[in-house]
Amino acid sequence: MSQPSISKSMTIGESGLAVVFAVTAFLCVIASAKALDAPFAFHAALSAAASVAAVFFIVNRYFERPAALPPQEINGRPNYNMGPIKFASFMAMFWGIAGFLVGLIIASQLAWPALNFDLPWISFGRLRPLHTSAVIFAFGGNVLIATSFYVVQKSCRARLAGDLAPWFVVLGYNFFILIAGTGYLLGVTQGKEYAEPEWYSDLWLTIVWVVYLLVFLVTVIKRKEPHIFVANWFYLAFIVTIAVLHLGNNPALPVSVFGSKSYVAWGGIQDAMFQWWYGHNAVGFFLTAGFLAIMYYFIPKRADRPIYSYRLSIIHFWALIFLYIWAGPHHLHYTALPDWTQTLGMTFSIMLWMPSWGGMINGLMTLSGAWDKLRTDPVLRMLVVSVAFYGMSTFEGPMMSIKVVNSLSHYTDWTIGHVHSGALGWVGFVSFGALYCLVPWAWNRKGLYSLKLVNWHFWIATLGIVLYISAMWVSGILQGLMWRAYTSLGFLEYSFIETVEAMHPFYIIRAAGGGLFLIGSLIMAYNLWMTVRVGEQEVQLPVALQPAE
Amino acid sequence: MSFWTRHQIFEKNSIILIVGILLVIAVGGLVEITPLFYLKSTIEKVDGVRPYTPLELAGRNVYVREGCYLCHSQMVRPLRDEVERYGHFSLAAESMYDHPFQWGSKRTGPDLARVGAKYSDDWHVTHLTNPRAIVPQSVMPGYPFLSKSEVDPDAIAGDMRALRTVGVPYSDEQLANAAADLKAQADPDNAGTDAFTKRYAKAVVRNFDGKTGTPTEMDALVAYLQMLGTLVDFKIYNEKANLR
Repeated sequence: MSQPSISKSMTIGESGLAVVFAVTAFLCVIASAKALDAPFAFHAALSAAASVAAVFFIVNRYFERPAALPPQEINGRPNYNMGPIKFASFMAMFWGIAGFLVGLIIASQLAWPALNFDLPWISFGRLRPLHTSAVIFAFGGNVLIATSFYVVQKSCRARLAGDLAPWFVVLGYNFFILIAGTGYLLGVTQGKEYAEPEWYSDLWLTIVWVVYLLVFLVTVIKRKEPHIFVANWFYLAFIVTIAVLHLGNNPALPVSVFGSKSYVAWGGIQDAMFQWWYGHNAVGFFLTAGFLAIMYYFIPKRADRPIYSYRLSIIHFWALIFLYIWAGPHHLHYTALPDWTQTLGMTFSIMLWMPSWGGMINGLMTLSGAWDKLRTDPVLRMLVVSVAFYGMSTFEGPMMSIKVVNSLSHYTDWTIGHVHSGALGWVGFVSFGALYCLVPWAWNRKGLYSLKLVNWHFWIATLGIVLYISAMWVSGILQGLMWRAYTSLGFLEYSFIETVEAMHPFYIIRAAGGGLFLIGSLIMAYNLWMTVRVGEQEVQLPVALQPAE
Repeated sequence: MSFWTRHQIFEKNSIILIVGILLVIAVGGLVEITPLFYLKSTIEKVDGVRPYTPLELAGRNVYVREGCYLCHSQMVRPLRDEVERYGHFSLAAESMYDHPFQWGSKRTGPDLARVGAKYSDDWHVTHLTNPRAIVPQSVMPGYPFLSKSEVDPDAIAGDMRALRTVGVPYSDEQLANAAADLKAQADPDNAGTDAFTKRYAKAVVRNFDGKTGTPTEMDALVAYLQMLGTLVDFKIYNEKANLR
């Protein structure tokens, strides 16, 4: 009403995307009808429904919105785009709980195999990829998207690039998770660890990821600050490298364009090398670089202290991304992979210890002069303890990459314990800390509903992690030693099944630890939910008091 | 100009920063992966390794689908205890036709690289149906549903064609007879068994699940398990010839 001169019309993005989705819906209906297998038909039908919903969403949004698109700035302040961030934060919490729950289920299946119920859909082999993908890509991925969209806007003092594009990224990414996850339950898998989604999910993820890169990059390009903030280097390295890894590891030939099955282009030894080049750097760039970006923004912000050393961040950034890529072969020690590759992988894995600890030191020392806050702020405590876990697992990792150590640890639960000290302690806690900060910020609340509940979450989850990783250390080393034990007469001392039997008590302890971790996350979900709901009344007050960024 | 000042070029130009990242991450992968495609010593020359038969391939697809690789490795390391427990250490050539590779990363259950011909078909069928019927302490899930699900003989040629495109040397003859070969391998009375065994050296023809009719997924999986690690004859394998 105030600006009658602007006549309302659809943007090119709106009309273009609506047409693309309409065509996609049509193609998906055809694909569903011609599908060769039931899971593919189901996924094509889901995609058709999602495409129709997308068209509806775009058109509906057009009718609801004012004639002009949201301004870049209001009264000289950037008009930050919080919608996609809120959505991704919510999905992170949702997938987190789902992923922890599936983890608890498969941990229990290993302790009590009757829980497989002889059903294909819930047997360990199908649920395990569901667990790993749900926690890494669904929980972790949504945390990364939410925080990266927040951090890039705040640190660049610019509104997120694109109008529909950020929504395309968050909705498209979560649709990828839905397709991948339901696929696992239906037996659709490439059979490559952490890269299980089949060819059509991979193609869709590629599209979403390119848009993600563009949204992030264009926001950086239109920044109002001369320098690109450190956290954004790490986010960029994460986004770009994950794209390279995804494309390198996943080229596959579908048996039919109307079927879910495909065969990966690489075979045998080359496939093994590609797989662990991908697999280890999913750890290096998804679970490390991305979450280091979170550390570089949220810890200084929460502690109200500058980053300890800018120069250290420069050195450890380049060293970390250069060295990480080489470390993959340590997953293939003593295999048929040539020795020279194994040795290179081990060497670089050991060197990787240094830049990893560079990051840890930078994170921890940021607390200089603010250590007292650990006593009063459980959110900051969570963030700091996550960095401590990062330091611990990035020491353990290089140690396990040494060939003689690996000959004992490989194929055992020690690896599982190592992964979880990183996943629960580092990735989990830094994500929890970030979400505890992000939710009040994004929803414009004064603070969390209850710091006391954060405290409970912290201690319950920490106890869970300690139970988990110590159980896995003991069971892993025990099993490794049992496999290689000889009697005085020179015979192998234990049959394989005796070593399985010995694992039983530790599998129960591990499940208990996982259960505690899950309980902690439920407390967190309640706390965040109440923060959003009950904090409502406080909105009126701080409108004029928004802190300057 | 100091190093720190020079570094500002990355801090102030997002495109230069991205190019820098791409160059830095490219090195490790290029150095470690590319030579594996052309160094002749990477995969040793061994007699006996052949592409999977149609039934074995169908079984391998079941193996992949059910996520067996998450608990079973297929890679015997050259360590004393492993060689004594499982057999000769695995050769690169033995998985050269594997798309994807299934070396695995965890041994919740034992390594399967050489499980072929170690147990009877009956043992496998009973064990897959209810692992605890044979091994009371086992934590493996049961797979009774495999016996109820038939393999579609006509679909397997498409899989083999896709594999041929990515480099598995299936012959035209093998492709043309895929469906017949799939049925023949699970049926010793089938007229086509002789022609089948000529097409696939060392292939075993047996009624793996003991039931008549179209082969089931149980037939296929057991056929696959029973051939694992059996293709190379280590009595005549010359290790010295492949020193690398």
